[in-house]
Amino acid sequence: MERLRLTGYAVAQLFLAFVLIVLLVLWIVGGVLVVVWIGLPILAGTVVATRAIANLHRTMAARTLGTPVPVPYRPLPDGGFFAKARTVLADPMTWRDLAWLFVAPVVGIVVSILVIVLLLGVVTGFIWWFATPPIMAGRAMFDRFFLAYSRTEVLERRVQALAESRAEVVDHNATELRRLERDLHDGAQARLVALSMSLGMAEAAFDEDPEAARRMVQDARQTTSAAIGDLRSVVRGIHPPVLADRGIGGAVQAIALDMAIPVQVDVRLPGRPPAPVESAVYFGVAECLANIGKHSGARHAWIALSHEQVAGRGTLRAVVGDDGRGGADPGTGTGMLGVMRRLAAFDGTMSVSSPPGGPTLVTLEVPCDLSSPKTTPSSAPA
Amino acid sequence: MRLVLAEDHALLRAGLIQLLEGNGFTILHAVDNAPALDQALRDPDADAAVLDVRLPPTQTDEGLRAAIAVRAERPGFPVMVLSQYVEQLYARELLASGVGAVGYLLKDRVSDVAEFVDGVRRVAAGGTVLDPEVVATVMARQHDEPLDRLTAREQEVLALMAEGRSNGAVAAHLHVSEKAVAKHINSIFAKLDLPLDEDDHRRVRAVLAWLRL
Repeated sequence: MERLRLTGYAVAQLFLAFVLIVLLVLWIVGGVLVVVWIGLPILAGTVVATRAIANLHRTMAARTLGTPVPVPYRPLPDGGFFAKARTVLADPMTWRDLAWLFVAPVVGIVVSILVIVLLLGVVTGFIWWFATPPIMAGRAMFDRFFLAYSRTEVLERRVQALAESRAEVVDHNATELRRLERDLHDGAQARLVALSMSLGMAEAAFDEDPEAARRMVQDARQTTSAAIGDLRSVVRGIHPPVLADRGIGGAVQAIALDMAIPVQVDVRLPGRPPAPVESAVYFGVAECLANIGKHSGARHAWIALSHEQVAGRGTLRAVVGDDGRGGADPGTGTGMLGVMRRLAAFDGTMSVSSPPGGPTLVTLEVPCDLSSPKTTPSSAPA
Repeated sequence: MRLVLAEDHALLRAGLIQLLEGNGFTILHAVDNAPALDQALRDPDADAAVLDVRLPPTQTDEGLRAAIAVRAERPGFPVMVLSQYVEQLYARELLASGVGAVGYLLKDRVSDVAEFVDGVRRVAAGGTVLDPEVVATVMARQHDEPLDRLTAREQEVLALMAEGRSNGAVAAHLHVSEKAVAKHINSIFAKLDLPLDEDDHRRVRAVLAWLRL
């Protein structure tokens, strides 16, 4: 069966070789005619067709080799023809496709005819039986060489992305530490100084004016409460206690309850994400809720937390929506940029859909696995 | 009144024991971890409990869980929960564990000794005492039917009731007569369609309605 399928590929690739030649000719014609405007639509059509045919070969190569050959094109931006054209021209894979078009027809015709002849020439049948898998594997590796990034290239890009996100995280952490230092210095620390002053004065006044001393001790007690309050808010900013107690599900329910408008919370998590991911997603959701409270004018909001397992890869997803006036731009707020940076450290992403007039929908996604298969489905109106 | 006390910080535990014993309470058991607390709460001689939310072994919300568990086993068992921070979520869970006889306060409220002791007594008598910080977040919320029928003054009175204050204390706080407060409270009961029964339970139910439980 396997060999017949591979032979089928060989037949298909024989015909496709001629399509490739046509495409190559169109590339050249379009390239020459680009000096007059007619070349542009020809090239655009040729690029689309080339990508489709190349994807067909990627699929065949993946099936032959038993390993995935991903579609490597950069995503096309929303926008006009020229914005798309710029992305296509800047994509190195466009040029690798073109290089592949030069060599693939010849290789394809030779390999395919070889396999077909081996099958049709009856006496060569046993050679076909043994030779087809390696020959077609060779053809698939040839396609993969041109049409997919090599391991090294993939790793190089990964290293670059990691270096960038690491620099951002380090920068973010430094800013956070400075903020903490300032909060402690201006808040609790200053109040403790005032407290020790009050107590010192009370001590001095004890014998001569007990009534004044009593007032100072009373002041001192109030200052203590204020200092404790300051420390509490600093702790909340570092790691909210409810997050430690209840995990992301409970913590999100807790902040939803603190909102002035009703927030519907739907948690479907069969376990707990790693603590740093929980923390990043929690602060992301908290930032979204803060924005809803400040800018949206919404009457209702909702939060959905879920985890999806696709092909062995888990993704934690948090969706925060509101029925406010929309028009939110994630690029303007420093809070949202901070959330994006924090998520990027875990290869997470944030996307915002907020047409004028609403509704606004913010989706946070972080690849991660959950620990402990404990079921905690819960739903609570707030 | 005989109390079970759970607090893992030795200094705070000693302070609370001194404070409560100095105000006429008897500390039956003073424990510093969750398993010992579970054991102590089984003592049939205990009349009420004062618990810290965070206790060993996991330092998360053992105290809260123990409070809910003991109230499932002994309905109406009075529990005052203390914490370094307050969450509405936890307040709701406590209030949902039975009608009344619960308190939920920030730990530093203990420094106002008279009010704290009064709070413990109110809880032991079946009342509800919520921290002003919890009450403030509820106040900030948009309310819908039937709570939006309450006037601003009635909302204020209800908020002070949620903090566990008596009519006298509410009157003093709002600088009005106790009679005026009683009138507001009756109006609240009527607007929230609360059935006639023992006064304390109606107060608790009004607070629960306000928290949308």
